[in-house]
Amino acid sequence: MHELSIAESILDAVREELLKHPGARPARIGLRIGELAAVDVDSLTFCFEAVLHDTDWESLKLDIRVCKQRGLCKDCGKEFDVVDYITRCPACAGSNTTVTGGDELDFDYLEVETHGTPAVEVKSAE
Amino acid sequence: MERLPLKSKVLNENQIIAESLRERYREHGVLCLNLISAPGSGKTALLERTLASLDPATRVCVLTGDIQTDNDARRLAQYGFPVQQITTGGTCHLDGRMIEKHLAAWDLDDIDLLFVENVGNLVCPSSYDLGEASKIVLLSVTEGEDKPLKYPSIFFKSDLFVLTKIDLLPYVPFNAETAEANARLVHPDIEIVRASSTTEGGLDAWLAWLKQRMAKELVAAQ
Repeated sequence: MHELSIAESILDAVREELLKHPGARPARIGLRIGELAAVDVDSLTFCFEAVLHDTDWESLKLDIRVCKQRGLCKDCGKEFDVVDYITRCPACAGSNTTVTGGDELDFDYLEVETHGTPAVEVKSAE
Repeated sequence: MERLPLKSKVLNENQIIAESLRERYREHGVLCLNLISAPGSGKTALLERTLASLDPATRVCVLTGDIQTDNDARRLAQYGFPVQQITTGGTCHLDGRMIEKHLAAWDLDDIDLLFVENVGNLVCPSSYDLGEASKIVLLSVTEGEDKPLKYPSIFFKSDLFVLTKIDLLPYVPFNAETAEANARLVHPDIEIVRASSTTEGGLDAWLAWLKQRMAKELVAAQ
């Protein structure tokens, strides 16, 4: 159950990114998670909602793109989607393969609402 | 609505610490090995047998992680090498910060080999880089042969698979060849040794692997 610490790491990153965009309101955070990342998407979604509960960001949405595990056969050069984590080459049935993707646990984007809020807060003279 | 592209990793903070640990290990010639398995697969027992068979002049240290108790550290400290318990208080894995904090008590110049015994768990530790040179996964013969297929991430990320408790093979319906073939389906290049910490059968193969890794580290450091 490390999804809770991951959910907290996501919030930390959103907070940090928003420092560069004062006044912006986070609407959606995009992630890329590989099949090999050992992260359960349902559990992460649940934990994410739990850490947002009763905060100003309750409407912040999580958008997770699951990335397939990819393989490359070093014998025949075939690139393929690894199915059920079995890395044998589907073309030549050889096992001289290497995994080229599927380990992602990366941020993709942050969608923010900026309308009506100036990029830089200007204080009016009193 | 504006979309801001983000480049960083979700566990970026841990990754930064792990890379800094890796750099420090390289500078000081420390071989760090991260042992991962389900609870009860024999990580501590394998470390006990390993420490017992090492030359007392070997500069080896152990960080051992558990959710509660310092039982493992007390077991391992009997062999005369420096040992520290990391008690996570509920967290199911070790992270870079915990390692960094505990290493502060030691001078890396005095260490050639650092064992990190992770919290017993086949899932979460696989997501946290600790700056180790290799992850080592243990699976005992009282578990299922299909565990490499059920927990592929850790078998994929480990350089070595130690099949433990092999003295029990005559008494359990466990096919070692099937378990090893399953590990190779997930990770074709994984190295495999079989060992028993009770009868010490197969321990030679594990110690030989260890010696070879330490020699490689020494060459890299020069």
